[in-house]
Amino acid sequence: MAPYLLRRFAFLLVSLVLASVVLFVLLRMLPGDPANALTSVGASPEQIAAARHSIGSDRPLPEQFTHWIGQLATGDLGTSFVSSLPVGPEVGSRLNVTVPLTLAAFLLAVLIAVPAGFVAAYKRHTWYGALLSGASQLGIAVPVFWLGMILVAVFALNAGWLPAGGFPPDGWDQPGEAVRSLVLPVVTIALVMSASLIRYVRSATLDVLGSDYLRTARALGSSFGRAMWRHGLRNASVPVVSVLGIELASTLLGAVVVESVYALPGLGSMLATGIAQHDYPVIQGVLFVSTLAVLLIGFAADLVQRIIDPRLRGRLSGGAP
Amino acid sequence: MTLLDIHGLTIRTADGHTLVDDLSLTVAGGERLGLIGESGSGKSLTTLAVLGLLPDGMTVTGSIGLAGTQIVGAREKHLTRVRGRDAAIVFQEPLTALDPLMRVGRQIAEPLARRQGLKGTELQRAVTRALEQVRLPEPDRIARAYPHEISGGQRQRVALAMALACEPKLLIADEPTTALDVSVQAEMLDLIDTLVRERDMAVLFVSHDLAVVARVTDRVLVMKDGRAVEEGDVREIVRRPREEYTRALVGSARRLESALDARRAR
Amino acid sequence: MTQTLRTSSEAPQAAPAKRRGRRSATLITGCVLSGLIFLLALVSLVWTPYASDDTSGGRLTGPGAGHLLGTDKLGRDLFTQLMTGSRIAVEAGLGSVLIAAVAGVTLGVLAAFAQGWLDDTLSAFLDILIAFPTLLLAMLIVAARSATLGSAVLAIGLAQSAVVARVVRILVKRVLAQDYITAARTSGTSWPWIVAGHVLPNIWPTLVVNLALQFGLAVLAEAGLSYLGLGAPPPNASWGRMLQEAQATFTTAPAGALAPGVLLVLLVIGVNLVADGLRDTLDPATRRRRS
Repeated sequence: MAPYLLRRFAFLLVSLVLASVVLFVLLRMLPGDPANALTSVGASPEQIAAARHSIGSDRPLPEQFTHWIGQLATGDLGTSFVSSLPVGPEVGSRLNVTVPLTLAAFLLAVLIAVPAGFVAAYKRHTWYGALLSGASQLGIAVPVFWLGMILVAVFALNAGWLPAGGFPPDGWDQPGEAVRSLVLPVVTIALVMSASLIRYVRSATLDVLGSDYLRTARALGSSFGRAMWRHGLRNASVPVVSVLGIELASTLLGAVVVESVYALPGLGSMLATGIAQHDYPVIQGVLFVSTLAVLLIGFAADLVQRIIDPRLRGRLSGGAP
Repeated sequence: MTLLDIHGLTIRTADGHTLVDDLSLTVAGGERLGLIGESGSGKSLTTLAVLGLLPDGMTVTGSIGLAGTQIVGAREKHLTRVRGRDAAIVFQEPLTALDPLMRVGRQIAEPLARRQGLKGTELQRAVTRALEQVRLPEPDRIARAYPHEISGGQRQRVALAMALACEPKLLIADEPTTALDVSVQAEMLDLIDTLVRERDMAVLFVSHDLAVVARVTDRVLVMKDGRAVEEGDVREIVRRPREEYTRALVGSARRLESALDARRAR
Repeated sequence: MTQTLRTSSEAPQAAPAKRRGRRSATLITGCVLSGLIFLLALVSLVWTPYASDDTSGGRLTGPGAGHLLGTDKLGRDLFTQLMTGSRIAVEAGLGSVLIAAVAGVTLGVLAAFAQGWLDDTLSAFLDILIAFPTLLLAMLIVAARSATLGSAVLAIGLAQSAVVARVVRILVKRVLAQDYITAARTSGTSWPWIVAGHVLPNIWPTLVVNLALQFGLAVLAEAGLSYLGLGAPPPNASWGRMLQEAQATFTTAPAGALAPGVLLVLLVIGVNLVADGLRDTLDPATRRRRS
């Protein structure tokens, strides 16, 4: 395990560096000059040059890159061109919204999808099994923002049970309000996410139900329930875990749309603002942190898979979904 | 005393194809019966029907009495009690028949614990003993291995050990050597022969290969297209096959036997 | 004694004949649903009830005689907007899938032929690309160019080509491992011929199914982008932007906030059903496994 961990960690670092380079280069391809955002419309060439100098965008690209990487190495995400505030603390406070949102939605989605996917497979010839499969078909076709709009209309505007959007100004110092304002966003993401998860759980369960080892266990006297518990659960979790990693990562980054529906001050809305204002340090900071999170999640998913599945030994990354 | 009594067994798919047609056979306690036929003749389905493990949607008519229990139409709860205790099975493909994610030792421990009520170190010793009985070298190492880490022949011995751990009255062997290298087939057959003799177990041995069946069983039933074509003493059938189909089987078995003899003589 | 034996508490499986019937039913339902939207899009090219900039209808009128579904907050006919939106959705889907198909197949075939470290690097690269959601990559590219339908399509198509490339790579590797490829190679067939003669014919059923699924995802992604204001700019009525504009008036004028979403869902379900139906009819391997 130890050499594997070492190699997998090296892979993570290389990926991170690669991703940073791609990120950096892609951003510099953005048309428009960030200095424009700093100066008023009729600014003189000297003022623009001064603005460029103050944010360092007049220096050669390799120099800007090494400067940024050097900052990153010391844990500094840079300073916003627009607000002149450090990006790091801002990202930190945004994570207070995005991380609970993502994790809660993820947990809820798993809690829905695992039993629902199992029933959809095991009871596939009954009406409720078919209904579950149909519901997941419908779920993957529903755009997440539209589902959010409908939930807001029903539960916030009509029923008035929950806030339609926003986050308390004092954040988690008002825990009741903070939780209330996250309920609908969490449910929105979880419903859409569980729709696709149900399909994976269902097909993993179908594979197990048709497997020879389950038949062997039952042929030698295990009850169906016991055989599923001892053999089915573990085997079905192998493909599901690899999908879970990808789902979690994409929820984290896909939160951008849901945060926009509910006007939540999360990482996603910070990114959207950053893109609109050509605020490179903000975009870079947010994307770097998200990339790191995505890679770490992938790392964790691979580790869990290797612990479950001894056949993966000797392979660098985990199985594909 | 009749241990297995199949009478008028008919198996149909949901769209009405008849896969096994009015099959009747009996196996007495301690007796060995070979079930022979080409693939698709319905012999494997018959073994699954005996255990009540047919795929969904297949319709069974007729009667299967196993150690006094009527299998056809029995509830799952009753079937669970019968499986393992009255009949245990070794399947054809040892790689997929074992759980790929569980160490071999734990897989053998499961039936041992259930049938013999063993726990802890006692159970571990029983696992080692079970692996030794099927002539596996280094039983402790094998017990810690995962199925993909041992050879096909070793896996099939593990599957046999699991079936024997149930201490069944009837051992069903469904093409247990077909997936193995020719070089280990003979050893496997001798092993089954010896272990079953020691335990005075009845055997239902399924194969497409008459030469293989003849090594283990005394009596043989030839199946074709879901029907019993011919039944009798193995030597009798080999010497004087009555049906055209049986003659063809005997012919191919002869050729194989002589080839094996030539190999052994070397 | 006649009884039905059940191995578990499940109902018996439907007969193969009946299943084949259900399979084509899936395909037909999918074709009807998506065909309806395609038809709407085609008709919108030559005829719409009103001009797309005709604001004579009065603001936020409900469904009625003059306007089938009412008007939006600028007084434009909702049904006209929906028709234009269907055209944008279909264009977005087709455009993205075309880019994803060309770039993805090329990259996937190349990656499949790569060996050793190059193979490892390429597949790791694809994995990293895939780890990023389509939407995010699209946002970056849209920001880098400008908010037009073309940018959105390019972005979505490129993001999806990574997914297609990975699928193609796996499929091609599987084909290349077959004995008949070795036979073709030893008999001196050149690589381009092997790809054209053996590889592509073998992978296309799975590829087509995958592209149909990507079409649905592309439509969803375009709607998401235009909801965020990163898709086709006004006055083009993309369904995503229509929904965004109608969000504030959901309770007073629900038609505008529901209709585009319903059409979007119908189109995506439609192509997904087509994909499922095609998979079952085209791919003999999954035909047996899926039940």
